[in-house]
Amino acid sequence: MGMTMAEKVLARASGRDAVTPGAYVTAKADRVMAHEAFTICALKLLKLGIESVFDPERVLVILDHYFPAPTEQMARGHALARELSERFAIRHFLGHAGICHQVLTERGHILPGQLVFGSDSHSTTYGALGAAGNGIGLTEMTYVLATGELWLRVPPTIRFELDGELQPGVMSKDVMLYLTGAFGTDVAQYRAIEYAGEAAERMTIASRMTLANMGAELGAKFAFFAADERTREYLAPRVGGDVPRFGPDADARYEAVHRVHVGGLEPQIACPSNPGNVKPVSEVRGVRVHQAFLGSCTNARLEDLAVAARILRGRAVCDRTRLIVTPASHQVYLDATRAGYTEILLEAGAHITASGCGACPGGHNGVVGPGEVCLSSTNRNFRGRMGSPEADIYLASPASVAAAAVAGEIVDPREFWGSP
Amino acid sequence: MSTRVRGRVWRFGDDVDTDAMAPWNTISLPFEERRRHVLQIRPEFARDVKPGDVIVAGRNWGCGSSREHAPENLKRLGVGGVVAESFGRIYFRNGIAMAFPQLACPGIHAACAEGDDLEFDVRSGRVVNHTRGTELEAPPYTDQMLAILEAGGLLEVLQRRRAAAGATGRA
Ligand code: SF4
Repeated sequence: MGMTMAEKVLARASGRDAVTPGAYVTAKADRVMAHEAFTICALKLLKLGIESVFDPERVLVILDHYFPAPTEQMARGHALARELSERFAIRHFLGHAGICHQVLTERGHILPGQLVFGSDSHSTTYGALGAAGNGIGLTEMTYVLATGELWLRVPPTIRFELDGELQPGVMSKDVMLYLTGAFGTDVAQYRAIEYAGEAAERMTIASRMTLANMGAELGAKFAFFAADERTREYLAPRVGGDVPRFGPDADARYEAVHRVHVGGLEPQIACPSNPGNVKPVSEVRGVRVHQAFLGSCTNARLEDLAVAARILRGRAVCDRTRLIVTPASHQVYLDATRAGYTEILLEAGAHITASGCGACPGGHNGVVGPGEVCLSSTNRNFRGRMGSPEADIYLASPASVAAAAVAGEIVDPREFWGSP
Repeated sequence: MSTRVRGRVWRFGDDVDTDAMAPWNTISLPFEERRRHVLQIRPEFARDVKPGDVIVAGRNWGCGSSREHAPENLKRLGVGGVVAESFGRIYFRNGIAMAFPQLACPGIHAACAEGDDLEFDVRSGRVVNHTRGTELEAPPYTDQMLAILEAGGLLEVLQRRRAAAGATGRA
């Protein structure tokens, strides 16, 4: 019988020929990513008398949630992370490179078919390259760092077949928000997702990352795209070697297959305070926006900044709205500068910060105050997520965020798609 | 550690997220400062919760982030355990890893009212509402999940594993 991508990864990682949904396996990690959580995990290991990780080559440590450190306490944590990663001989300390998921992906640390454990719920992002990215908490991360393995239940898989072609000004984020709105934020609870269909095949890796990333907002354990020619093109120069193809068997069994036509889709907005509270932009337009935030592992890659630059070229950010742009990685920042986007954004009045998580989890660089409305390209709009619990957070595509920054309110970005 | 929990019910709805249980700007604070921010959607909760109380919730309890402070805050407030229609998966696993008993039991939300006397056992999956004299069956924990819970958490399992392997500085 054929296997889904999740089944194939877990069979290999647990040393079996085949697995079926519902089975429990102990799976070995190909990569382990820890962000600021590393400090606490490493201290726990030392307390247990454990002086080394299972394989320092496979572990990556990144400081992104609070970079550059906004408080002395965080600065101490970062210094400790640096010291501890030396003590544990961690091979890849990518302390200041940007947001973990973006950095691992763009630097070629993730390959199709791998099993990756990350100390972050959006580790599903690696599914954009056909890898099984799985988010875990601190205690499990401590265990994985020590042993390189973890128990997992083999999940059933649901498949989203995305048909049709997106209209100009409509992005993969709009597809994603449509899915959370239409199917609910627990449709993939305890399950794996496979995104497929012609629209998925046409998407860039960056656009795929948005959907894989927010697989977490559908409740998923993994959120895959099959690794195809595009994946190979993306990875080949980054890994300097062969890129395996990886996908489901043709006769794989799915718990459900949902066919979604994206051709007529209009831009979507997630309203406060749940990523599943989604409406088409026509029903939300006119809401005053005080902060427009273009950032996070969901949507702050080069193509996102390009879209923002397209909309902001020759236009100005509204006086009563602040536009904060936080590139997903330092590399993205550099590439955007070389492409001329940062100048266009700055000229329009955007504030560009160092790359990192920034305002997304409400840490710094754009914390919102009571009564404020933030339109954000991030993945979660829970109450209090970006600062005050009395602020309202709406989620949208980079195009919608840029257009709202100009208009000062939520608008249909397609009206700003052409030159002013 | 026992697999059975009995206590008075606090009842919550669907989609209560980890930010509600552990707001980001509180997670680096000591627990005594953190505690009053836990589940502010019901401000009386953090103030009035008694050791051994049980939470009954709707769908997707603990959706959101991987922050372990969410189940940890509940455990340290003295909550005996949680029975929900369903859980956010990372949150649920974090609960097992820190030996905090939680059970996914479809039908529980309608079968319980605030203040009911509820008992559940993750080994058998049996859920008994003593106030109403009703009973529900949920899928019980697997042997592996039970082993982690009974050991007192995943780090205890790790320690035992090392002891068995003759503590070499590696696990
Ligand atoms: S950008 Fe936001 S969602 Fe992504 S890893 Fe950072 S805090 Fe999490």
